[in-house]
Amino acid sequence: MLAIIPGANCAGCDYSLLDLGEKAVEVLMAVDIAYWPTAADLKLEDLEKLPDGSVDIVLFEGAVNNDETEEMAKLARRKAKNLVAFGACACFGGIPGLANVASRDGVLQKAYVKTLSTLNPNGVLPSKLTRLGDEELTIPEFLDTVKSLNQVVNVDYYLPGCPPPLKLVADALAAALSGKLPPKGTVFGSMKSVCDECKRVREGKRIMEIKRYHQFIPDPDRCLLEQGIICMGPATRGGCDAVCPTMNVPCRGCMGPTPESQDQGARMLSALSSVVGLEVEAGLGDEEVRKIIEQIKDPLGTFYRYSLPRSILRRVWGARE
Amino acid sequence: MGEVFEPNIVVFACNWCSYAGMDLAGTSRIQYPSNLKVIRVMCSGRINPVFILEAFASGADGVLVTGCHPGDCHYISGNYKTRKRVMLLEKLLEQFGIEKGRLRLEWVSASEGERFASIAREFVEQIRKLGPNRISEELRKEVALV
Repeated sequence: MLAIIPGANCAGCDYSLLDLGEKAVEVLMAVDIAYWPTAADLKLEDLEKLPDGSVDIVLFEGAVNNDETEEMAKLARRKAKNLVAFGACACFGGIPGLANVASRDGVLQKAYVKTLSTLNPNGVLPSKLTRLGDEELTIPEFLDTVKSLNQVVNVDYYLPGCPPPLKLVADALAAALSGKLPPKGTVFGSMKSVCDECKRVREGKRIMEIKRYHQFIPDPDRCLLEQGIICMGPATRGGCDAVCPTMNVPCRGCMGPTPESQDQGARMLSALSSVVGLEVEAGLGDEEVRKIIEQIKDPLGTFYRYSLPRSILRRVWGARE
Repeated sequence: MGEVFEPNIVVFACNWCSYAGMDLAGTSRIQYPSNLKVIRVMCSGRINPVFILEAFASGADGVLVTGCHPGDCHYISGNYKTRKRVMLLEKLLEQFGIEKGRLRLEWVSASEGERFASIAREFVEQIRKLGPNRISEELRKEVALV
């Protein structure tokens, strides 16, 4: 039996399942769907009625960002024999995890009051309970800190990516169907970095200038990082066949940290510090070096785009907007 | 009771220059505060940014990174890498809400015992002014909730 349970997700992971094409049909023929709101007309009660631990594979999509998704995560764990964190959000918090740069109130203010396109003169914010005459309406309440799935419940397998690469999804489902699942805790993906799978040529050049795409046309055959574009390849787990760099797009890090590092941002910070401006460094003073470093405008948002909740510091602290 | 806040400070010292410099401060009987917890590494270039993030996450009020003066690195270029890492980390830590000034990079040679002691005194006072790093406490609460 298979269940696909959404958390704070965008349903992009569902697409990667449907993109399997004929293989998806094979999988769907072989299993019973216990719950999959995007594609099947089953209600939550149907899933709740099933005995605990009876669903062979539960794919949990999305981060945990409110009390409802937290409840769904716990439900997923109860019903699952094997719980898979499916996609970058479930694995590391992903894009919803970037809400950790602000407090809950900061996020709500930004989303419902402060944005220029918002008209909300009374400053109405979503609240858990609303009374309409005699009726009481409740909606989920946001958590102050967004979490990855494994910060809420135990997770058996991880299938990162935004969305998860087809090959890895197919491998994982094939392993599950044949009953040959790897040891618990396995991350489906490569043990090496994205750079290892990238065909671009590295010349060992050092960079003096951080560039962005609108400023120049990068050489299609040379390493993007060596051309001055921040590419997360060195800090990111492979398994995606480096699709983005192959298509001239720098890696954004959706496969999460490489197996040997706990913190994707720290790894990228290290890698970047090693390639920026070394050749001439002996003659440079602190201020000149700082000028080069200052070109990196938003280290937190760039290095932790998909993994802020799973980073060592987890969120922004202190006075927050 | 007006208790004085005693900061917890982690110092990373390279084996060839800075650790020897601290040793010199010791053998020369130069006094410096005991708030420093010194960790010796072979080269300042060995200091993974993870060490520094972990130090802050586990309760350090300040982190002092020391290495050989530019041009003097035993491994030629380790300290240049450190310089860039620390500069970038300063920026990153500020984004994370860790006050500027809790992380500091200083070059200390093997002959600069006195210089090390004065840096140590100054840094301890600086952190004392900033007060305790509350992040680790909040982080622990957050982790305990999980």
